[in-house]
Amino acid sequence: MKILVPIKRVVDYNVRVRVKSDGSGVETEGVKMSINPFDEIALEEALRIRERGEAEEVIVASIGGTDVQQQLRTGLAMGADRAIHVETETAPQPLTVARILLKLIERESPGIVFLGKQAIDDDCNQTAQMLAALWDRPQATFASRVELADGKATVAREVDAGLETIEIELPAVMSSDLRLNEPRFVKLPDIMKAKRKPLDVIAIADLGVEQGAGFEMLAFEPPPKRGGGKVVGSVAELVDELKNRGLL
Amino acid sequence: MSAILIIAEHDGKQLNPSTAKTVTGATGLGISQIDVVVFAADPDQVAGQAAALQGVSRVLSVAGEDFAHPLAARLAPEVKALAGDYSHILAPSTTFGKDLLPRVAALLGVNQVSDIQEVVDERTFKRPIYAGNAIVTLRVPEGIPVVATIRTASFAAAGDGGQAEVTALDAQAADPGHTRYIKTEGSDGSGPDLASAPIVVSGGRAMGSSEGFDIIYSLAARLGAAVGASRAAVDAGYVPNELQVGQTGKIIAPDLYFAVGISGAIQHLTGIKDAGTIVAINKDAEAPIFEIADLGLVGDLFELVPELEKALG
Ligand SMILES: Cc1cc2nc3c(=O)[nH]c(=O)nc-3n(C[C@H](O)[C@H](O)[C@H](O)COP(=O)(O)OP(=O)(O)OC[C@H]3O[C@@H](n4cnc5c(N)ncnc54)[C@H](O)[C@@H]3O)c2cc1C
Repeated sequence: MKILVPIKRVVDYNVRVRVKSDGSGVETEGVKMSINPFDEIALEEALRIRERGEAEEVIVASIGGTDVQQQLRTGLAMGADRAIHVETETAPQPLTVARILLKLIERESPGIVFLGKQAIDDDCNQTAQMLAALWDRPQATFASRVELADGKATVAREVDAGLETIEIELPAVMSSDLRLNEPRFVKLPDIMKAKRKPLDVIAIADLGVEQGAGFEMLAFEPPPKRGGGKVVGSVAELVDELKNRGLL
Repeated sequence: MSAILIIAEHDGKQLNPSTAKTVTGATGLGISQIDVVVFAADPDQVAGQAAALQGVSRVLSVAGEDFAHPLAARLAPEVKALAGDYSHILAPSTTFGKDLLPRVAALLGVNQVSDIQEVVDERTFKRPIYAGNAIVTLRVPEGIPVVATIRTASFAAAGDGGQAEVTALDAQAADPGHTRYIKTEGSDGSGPDLASAPIVVSGGRAMGSSEGFDIIYSLAARLGAAVGASRAAVDAGYVPNELQVGQTGKIIAPDLYFAVGISGAIQHLTGIKDAGTIVAINKDAEAPIFEIADLGLVGDLFELVPELEKALG
């Protein structure tokens, strides 16, 4: 079985993101970029499945300009067997991403496509579900535990009510939640080794993907600031403040 | 013709409060036809609750044994079958809505708007990105349905007093048979619901253990509050995952929020920035939580929290 892990290059989660002063977007110039943390968790899970002998190959894929190859190399250094770079200068919205991934599925016939539940830039939380719909296969989103047996996966999902367990037939799409695992650190020799692993580049035009009408982004603005508060000196003072504000 | 369809979230007996908040979000679109669809094994009770919501025009009630637990793969084709009559298809931005609605959107061949926090007009919306560090205004092109989740923390629940008619419909799609619900493990549901409680007391990594959390539960009980937590506290296993507040947990807007032993990472803050009053208790006067807290108390939480509970009488 092959596992396909799509990874997105995003602003690192430690960066304090700022809106450009002209409101045209978010400042990404000179900012540290990383693999979306949820995708890293998805990749770690795929690697563990392969290391348990339940899959033969882990393929990472990313869509974007040449710089996404940095994240693909990191994915290879973590342990993926090969990488696919779908080259495009535009930033496709989730439906287009799902359509591109469907084309990769047709080429690779994976048993599992493992995505992150959301990208921490647009926070959309859509692509896995859309891909499952287009592929007409099961989806197990927000996965917190995955067990495979007999062509099926039992997945515990983080839902608002707690942990929900479902059983799905493979092939299927899964999306990772935070507590699925803790991704490994990449070691220097692995980075060297990763340089020799195959990385195929496919021009988006060669996939014949329909790029439907996306949303028009009109403006970006910083969130409203919460007014600064005050520090009280004691519990008694806190209780008084809360009573004065009618909160107790 | 503009008309809105809202997918009801419920547990088979009770309509989830997120549905009433979605109705309020829908009201802001200025479209008079607001239908709510209830998929359930036995939808009558929930359909009745939806029909009583202010602003709802009609409730569509669809019964089916395989609706006993909401599975996106089962429900998405059902929603698609109804979609032709609507300009807008909405669901709450809860794990239910997030799981289902992108699957619906893809079946309809359109993108989905996630987490609408403000309606500008019928096709223009504001939503948070980058963990709430930026707000984008986006427009859905003409000629396609708007498929969107509503950020429930941004809208008050619609009140009761409505009298919508309930229409029973037959299920139109078949069970794909590849996805099976097994079980849900979670809190017993006895305490107030974290997503809608007026007061929430959250603990962080500093609680140190599940036993350490006892003082949080005790203070919460005294206040009639729900208990929440930071990711660090959930990751450490002190409390279950459904208590996580933040970018990737629950986004909440209580009137009063206590952040106890929580540093105030941006991913946590994005979950509480619509709270009325934020109280922070932290021993580090420099902790970022104090930058957004309305009331701060610096000191050891293991002394201050029991003292606070006592002071409340
Ligand atoms: C992709 C991603 C998504 C994330 N999503 C979320 C999310 O949804 N929600 C979330 O919360 N986090 C999330 N995080 C994690 C977030 O970045 C922080 O790591 C986390 O919120 C820290 O939790 P904490 O404040 O409890 O712990 P810490 O940052 O360790 O803070 C503990 C605080 O307790 C104080 N303290 C210690 N002892 C005492 C004492 N005795 N008395 C008083 N104060 C004390 C310390 O001064 C400190 O400020 C996410 C991270 C990533 C990368």
